[in-house]
Amino acid sequence: MDIFLQQIINGLTLGSVYAIVALGYTMVYGIIQLINFAHGEIVMVGAMVAFTVIGWLAANTPLPPLLIVLIGTAAAIPACTAIGYALELFAYRPLRKAPRLAPLITAIGASIVLQQVAMMIWSRNPLAFPQIIPNMVFPVAGATITLIQIAIIMTSVVLMIALTAIVYRTKLGVAMRATSQNAPIAGLMGVNVNHVIAATFMIGAALAAVAGVMVGTYYGIAHYTMGSLLGLKAFCAAVLGGIGNLAGAMLGGMLLGVVEALAAGYMGDLTNNVFGSNYQDVFAFMVLIAVLVFRPSGLLGERIGERA
Amino acid sequence: MADKLKTYPALRWAGLALIACALIALPFVLATAGTTWVRVTNLAILFALLALGLNIVVGFAGLLDLGYIAFYGVGAYAYALLASPQFNLHLPFWIILPIGALAACVFGVLLGAPTLKLRGDYLAIVTLGFGEIVRIFFNNLSQPVNITNGPQGISRIDPMRIGDFSFSQSEVILGLNFSGPIKYYYLLLLVLLVAIVVNLRLENSRIGRAWQAIREDEVAAQAMGINTTHVKLLAFGMGASFGGIAGGMFAAIQGFISPESFVLVESVMVLSMVVLGGMGNIWGVIVGALLLSFVPELLRHTVDPMQRYLFGHLIIEPEVIRMLLFGLALMLMMLFRPAGLWPSKVRKRELTDE
Repeated sequence: MDIFLQQIINGLTLGSVYAIVALGYTMVYGIIQLINFAHGEIVMVGAMVAFTVIGWLAANTPLPPLLIVLIGTAAAIPACTAIGYALELFAYRPLRKAPRLAPLITAIGASIVLQQVAMMIWSRNPLAFPQIIPNMVFPVAGATITLIQIAIIMTSVVLMIALTAIVYRTKLGVAMRATSQNAPIAGLMGVNVNHVIAATFMIGAALAAVAGVMVGTYYGIAHYTMGSLLGLKAFCAAVLGGIGNLAGAMLGGMLLGVVEALAAGYMGDLTNNVFGSNYQDVFAFMVLIAVLVFRPSGLLGERIGERA
Repeated sequence: MADKLKTYPALRWAGLALIACALIALPFVLATAGTTWVRVTNLAILFALLALGLNIVVGFAGLLDLGYIAFYGVGAYAYALLASPQFNLHLPFWIILPIGALAACVFGVLLGAPTLKLRGDYLAIVTLGFGEIVRIFFNNLSQPVNITNGPQGISRIDPMRIGDFSFSQSEVILGLNFSGPIKYYYLLLLVLLVAIVVNLRLENSRIGRAWQAIREDEVAAQAMGINTTHVKLLAFGMGASFGGIAGGMFAAIQGFISPESFVLVESVMVLSMVVLGGMGNIWGVIVGALLLSFVPELLRHTVDPMQRYLFGHLIIEPEVIRMLLFGLALMLMMLFRPAGLWPSKVRKRELTDE
């Protein structure tokens, strides 16, 4: 089996998830320069809600698997959008004019609270994904790709196209771009800035819900702590691509996924097993630090001066 | 009240003497309720030390550090490696604690050097990443050479001792039973006092003023001739060394450490203490640390039995309550009282008038 190709495929799968989550970070950052620390937890809530619904449907109804997963996702999206909206309304909006440290600290608090509440609802034990999707494997030039991997990559591509269409082809998109360039002026031009910011949070949260279903299905489990590390890595991806830049988040996510997968596959061999794949998680942060030191604007970002 | 204290210095000294007596008597009072409470107090003092260290970075210099617990970990592992059967080294604590502080300081500067150019929110994420990296290394450095013993952690760490006087054994002095935790209490109290004095002196020193200038407006501070990079590095290094010392003492008191003690949540916990008390105010930060150390313990002893009594079983675990407290402290404080329970005057002006 071709290890290189296999790792690329695995990397692209995980990278698609990173990219979708990174889009949520990047959109919010682009519009109000806030790192929405709780975004990873929204992904987690999405996975948990979807798994609960999917588990119940799989046990009690004879519906086809695809429909079950779709219904589960459809249930997760409104739950996550509601949380995203509530976060913006109660935690971030009152602090929009405060020093930047303030909303960031609130976001960390919100993330902890969401995690604990999720634990109270779904317990400490991971939720398992019911074995309903057939474990089909297709050979690709010496490597293999599973049905789930294909579904994840396809879904994320569709989502990216849809989001690009929203941002560049709709009225809301124009309003979003105007708000991110200069919120007060956009307000003078008749844009309801509060609505636009809330909409941005909700779109990001909806994407997070789908990402939660994708990553949960991929690993087969959902757990109340799954959001933090995933969120962090996705943030790294967003910075890698250039924060505030949609295409950058997509590219950064894919790239980070592939880099991580290749590192996991080869690090052990390259370093004579001194550093094995157990250091995989270190990589995202190394990439983050390297990008911030050498090219803080990211791969596709524009260089912007210090905004005091 | 404050005026009265100024006009009657004797009143002030009397007050201080009262507080000192209370602090000296405290462990014996607590011991009557159970040695656990002395241990809780010791941990609370350790957290106060950590909060003071983080306050230098977050409160004075205004740099949000989310990986602070890594320095605590470095100090703890430095102590554990140099005074345990792991490498069969048994150095005395007065040599190791400075080594731990120095090691933490070096790590602080190493982390700071490449990242201090970054804007505040990026810095937060990078420090967070750094904290995770350090923990992952603690977790995995058992191969190919066993340094940290991996997830099992290091046990049988030497307690602190001076000659034959060991801090971990109980003995009777002057008719009073000094148990291990009580001895550590006095040691910790002493260290905390030194830390407070150092912090108070730092606050109004040239460096302290430079930190606050950077926090208020970095560009203006630079224009005033402050070498911002140096001064920020100094904040990182100093904050880290406090963490290192606290970590070393933690290792000695517990006798066992593992990577589990140095997770992200602990960083957030220390941050909540600083935020709750009032960023930049030394006394506020200590109050924050004590509150967030004791309240969860008190709740553990009241809410737990109450739930069992009312509902017959546990509905909310004490651990969850503790975490919720930290999370809510961060959120609600920023929303309603951003300068903290006991705000520093300068910081209050900065965080509210904008």
